[in-house]
Amino acid sequence: MNIKQEVGKCDPFTLGPLEAGPACSDPLPVIQVKDLSLRYHGKLALKEVSLDIYKGCITALIGPSGCGKTSLLSAINRLTDLIPGCSVNGRILVQGRNIYDPDESVQALRRQVGMVFQKPAPFPLSIRRNLSLPLHEHGITRKAEVADISEQALRDVGLWDEVCDRMDSAALNLSGGQQQRLCIARALALQPQILLMDEPCSALDPIASGVVEDLICRLRGRYTVVIVTHNLAQARRIANYAAFFWVSGHAGQLIEFGRCQKIFESPRHELTAAYVNGVRG
Amino acid sequence: MYDAVCNRGLRKLREYVVQCLIYSAVVLVSAVFIWLLIDLLRGGLSHLSWEFVTELPRDAGRAGGIASILISTLLILLVAVLTAVPVAWMTAILLAEFVAIGSWFGKTVRFSLYVLAGVPSIVFGLFGNAFFCVYLGLGFSILSGGLTLACMLLPILTSTAEAGLRAVSHTYRLAASALGLSRAAALLHLILPAAAPAMAAGLLLGIGRALAETAALLFTSGYAERMPDSLLDSGRALALHIFDLSMNVPGGDEPAYASALVLVSLLLGINILAMKFAYGLQRSKLML
Ligand SMILES: Nc1ncnc2c1ncn2[C@@H]1O[C@H](COP(=O)(O)OP(=O)(O)OP(=O)(O)O)[C@@H](O)[C@H]1O
Ligand SMILES: [Mg+2]
Repeated sequence: MNIKQEVGKCDPFTLGPLEAGPACSDPLPVIQVKDLSLRYHGKLALKEVSLDIYKGCITALIGPSGCGKTSLLSAINRLTDLIPGCSVNGRILVQGRNIYDPDESVQALRRQVGMVFQKPAPFPLSIRRNLSLPLHEHGITRKAEVADISEQALRDVGLWDEVCDRMDSAALNLSGGQQQRLCIARALALQPQILLMDEPCSALDPIASGVVEDLICRLRGRYTVVIVTHNLAQARRIANYAAFFWVSGHAGQLIEFGRCQKIFESPRHELTAAYVNGVRG
Repeated sequence: MYDAVCNRGLRKLREYVVQCLIYSAVVLVSAVFIWLLIDLLRGGLSHLSWEFVTELPRDAGRAGGIASILISTLLILLVAVLTAVPVAWMTAILLAEFVAIGSWFGKTVRFSLYVLAGVPSIVFGLFGNAFFCVYLGLGFSILSGGLTLACMLLPILTSTAEAGLRAVSHTYRLAASALGLSRAAALLHLILPAAAPAMAAGLLLGIGRALAETAALLFTSGYAERMPDSLLDSGRALALHIFDLSMNVPGGDEPAYASALVLVSLLLGINILAMKFAYGLQRSKLML
């Protein structure tokens, strides 16, 4: 179950449509958000968002606080089901299938679409159990296999050397950065195709944040990553695509979506220009 | 300058007065407890012995011990806890995990539990007598008494368990769902273990209340002081024994005091255990 071996088998991915020149392969949207509106207790929080997220790319969601970035992420893996008073209209297609179809299995979807929260959220269990509990739940119960997958996931996030001799101690005793990497490892262990990350570095110091950032870069190609970040420099460093959101009239809206470079260097919309240049926001 | 000094003096004085008030309140509270304990010890300690705990009562309880009474008490408690706990905890899980907090259903259930919690125990006694003893034909028996107590325990067990479950951080639920864990798995592996100390503390508090209960048992489990043969036999609970000895048995003061001493030590032990669990709850870094 080595992740590296799997890469060869994956569909080809691209960084999306080229600006110029002949395309070497077609961009493959894995997530298609179509006319998505999201309400909390009837109050609009996201208004008619439509965007495509391409396979193997890192897509950054940027925008001021409260513009609905977290809400959009939770809509993509239907975590909105758990939020009281939250209702979603519109469609989201993940690999061509409408996830809000009543026939779709939420658990299968969430296995395919991993999520990492803004605040590290390890379970109050041992490090080993944090990784094995979701695996067991998805039917991977052979001890050796679970151990292998756990080790591989921990190696992927660069945590193995730090914790290999204390796998049975409490995950909550790890440092914040280690906890966050454990959570990423926990998500990776399920081998999702898509990883949603909600400000994964915001609770971390610059060094730990750098480690996580490198990790995300290494995920490029193997996973489709959607990352929310307030750190524009970081978005610029790691993302292939960027989506800029803005609040207008209390509801978040997608203002501009495109290649990261384009959003940052030659944005079409004046709000985007003002935001990325630090004039507003 | 002078003003500042004066102000500081005043503030110090005020602080001093407040501290005095707080300390005297604490002393007063502890004094009541200590006085009670001393009174009990003086009245009952001389009568208390190993034989007192292991022998059957003789001469209406004036002589002999309380062995049969302890056994009856234990059986009543067992019936009460074994019937109340599954019902109460399942209700709590339903209310905390599967019903929205503001929903009509949850509100109704919670309201009826509040009302139930406020009903005086003598009313439970009357109800238990009418329903279990007469209507279901169980008669004056340990079973009737235990089931009546179970009704009394429902609100306290449910509300402590629900509070414990609700206190478990919502992020665990979100994180578990995001990993594709089913609700049942999250409940079983994460939420129940995290809420366990609170639920155990609530259970101990409930047992404490049941142990001290007199009025509800008066009409349901009866006061036969012999050793019970079965759950359908009448049996006298410890608190009832104390009541009977001190009210109806001339010369029963000493055994009454000794029995009270036993009861209070049991209650004390249970409360200390409950506090231990509640303390364990605060150490959120629980390891399983
Ligand atoms: N559980 C909730 N109940 C009610 N309203 C909510 C809830 N969660 C979010 N909102 C509202 O929805 C809007 C969007 O919130 P969201 O958390 O998606 O913003 P965000 O872009 O992630 O902000 P930030 O950058 O601060 O994390 C906000 O106005 C917020 O008040
Ligand atoms: Mg957010």
